[in-house]
Amino acid sequence: MSAPAAGAPAVPPPPPSTGLGHPNTTAIIAFVGFAAITLAITYWAARRTRTSSEFFAAGGKVSALQNGFALAGDYMSAASFLGIAGLVATSGFDGLIYSVGWLVGWPVITFLIAEPLRNLGKYTFADVVAFRLRQRPVRIAASVTTLTVVTFYLIAQMVGAGDLVHLMFGLSYDIALLIVGGVMLVYVLFGGMIATTWVQIIKAGLLLGGATILAVLVLAKFDFNPLALFAAAGDRYPGALAPGKLVANPLEAISLGIALMFGTAGLPHILMRFYTVKDATTARRSVAYATSLIGWFYLVTFILGFGASVLVGRAAIGAVGGNGNMAAPLLAEVLGGTAFLGFISAVAFATILAVVAGLTLSGAGALAHDLWNHVVRHGKITEREQLTVARVATVALAIVAIGLGELFHGQNVAFMVGLAFSIAASANFPALLLSMTWKRFTTHGAVASMATGAASSVILIVLSPTVWVDLLHHAKPVIDLKNPGVISVPLAFVVAIVVSLARPEPESERGFAEAQHRMHVGSNVAP
Amino acid sequence: MDQELAKLVRRRWRIGAVLTAVMVAAYFGFIMLVAFAKSTAGAELGERVSLGIILGAAVIVLAPVLTAIYARWANRHYDPEIARARERAEKRS
Repeated sequence: MSAPAAGAPAVPPPPPSTGLGHPNTTAIIAFVGFAAITLAITYWAARRTRTSSEFFAAGGKVSALQNGFALAGDYMSAASFLGIAGLVATSGFDGLIYSVGWLVGWPVITFLIAEPLRNLGKYTFADVVAFRLRQRPVRIAASVTTLTVVTFYLIAQMVGAGDLVHLMFGLSYDIALLIVGGVMLVYVLFGGMIATTWVQIIKAGLLLGGATILAVLVLAKFDFNPLALFAAAGDRYPGALAPGKLVANPLEAISLGIALMFGTAGLPHILMRFYTVKDATTARRSVAYATSLIGWFYLVTFILGFGASVLVGRAAIGAVGGNGNMAAPLLAEVLGGTAFLGFISAVAFATILAVVAGLTLSGAGALAHDLWNHVVRHGKITEREQLTVARVATVALAIVAIGLGELFHGQNVAFMVGLAFSIAASANFPALLLSMTWKRFTTHGAVASMATGAASSVILIVLSPTVWVDLLHHAKPVIDLKNPGVISVPLAFVVAIVVSLARPEPESERGFAEAQHRMHVGSNVAP
Repeated sequence: MDQELAKLVRRRWRIGAVLTAVMVAAYFGFIMLVAFAKSTAGAELGERVSLGIILGAAVIVLAPVLTAIYARWANRHYDPEIARARERAEKRS
């Protein structure tokens, strides 16, 4: 993190004694309240979760506004709330590149993906890719990429959860992992998608509400004039308003942009949410709500980040540790006292819990629906068996999540969210888009594209400065590029097209008209 | 799939592609400006706010605006057409 430049105004006041890291009554009450309400909803939802359609898709009964909030809840992770606010606070303008980048994938989902996906699939995005292709190879490839994305995302969330709860509540890392893993397991295991949807809605409401109140309190110090806030930030930290070191390499910035933009449209837990609404029109309305809510949230992060740099100060943020991630909680403490700090801490905890629940459910979908039902049992599974397998998969994933949190304790895992987005953009997005739009797309093309996208993302990250130099301590990276998207995404498209053209698949071409008809008109009607 | 529906489907993909291209152009335009023209992006206007901050906020606002444009078209033109296509298909079957 960059230190204030020479000539900056006098050193900021010493870090205020902070309530961070001490058991905080408000935080505990707010978190216990959140847990009590969500567990009561889970109890209610459990009695409505009797079929696999209810378990994976809430029976298709979620409304557009509810799904809009739930999409926002699934997407706005603690990384974006605490991470971006911290990055803007400590690096100024550079952090905003992320604020903007995290949003721009949503219109792509609206324009290209949401409606056809809803009409063509049932529980997972593999339903769409496999629709006119050979089921087994496509589903195996799609579940591998889904589980890979979910695993990297989960590692980042679980390690983040352990560290955060340790910093905020003073609980030990292991206890934090067990709480997150255990509560999440109860939501998903008993309440399935119905409970998970409500957890996301409540969390999105709390996060948007909490962040907005915080932003209003910041602006109140500047006569409700954001320009005065930017001016104060620019005065105190010269250069804070201009691009800095983050985009030293233009290729790097473009590569990151590609991963953020197209990765959003390939995230399995986001795509799964479109099956919870009744039709394509509702899917479209829900993603429109989500885009507005998420856009609002990232605009608010501008205010929170610059507000924290002025009102808390970079030195004080750095002093409490956590790589700047504590900027937003410290800002809450400065403006609203220990009680508000407690509330924001509880919201951050609830945020992680909700994202972990969404990830686990989509992992269970890949295991139970794609692998067990379609690959092992050739799509001839009883309702009862599918639900049982889904629940076994959920328990297994919860154990794996806690295990991964233990395994990666103390490691720098911040890059893993970026890696998850890169894999989603390279392995899932090209195959999904081509399966919807290109008549001559084939099974071999789809499998080769997904495999290439996933493998090239992982290999390029391993050879990059992030892993090769920072983790494996080699002197020089093999490839001097931290974000693989600019190579891996075009590569996945080229492989898909070349392999499909090299070996045509007449059945796939014949099925294209029916797929197009169903994608747009919906099911139950002959083409 | 009848002729009329095929035309509508092509139209939807075309509108989706054009709107996606606008979003891609706006976002990567912003990134390129930040990457290649740092001094322009860092230029301060009026009351000490940089061009980059204004453009960043503009890209964020553009996303829901484009979404609203698409949703308006789809609600007014696409959905009724699809409903008619569904009726035609039901009659045929």
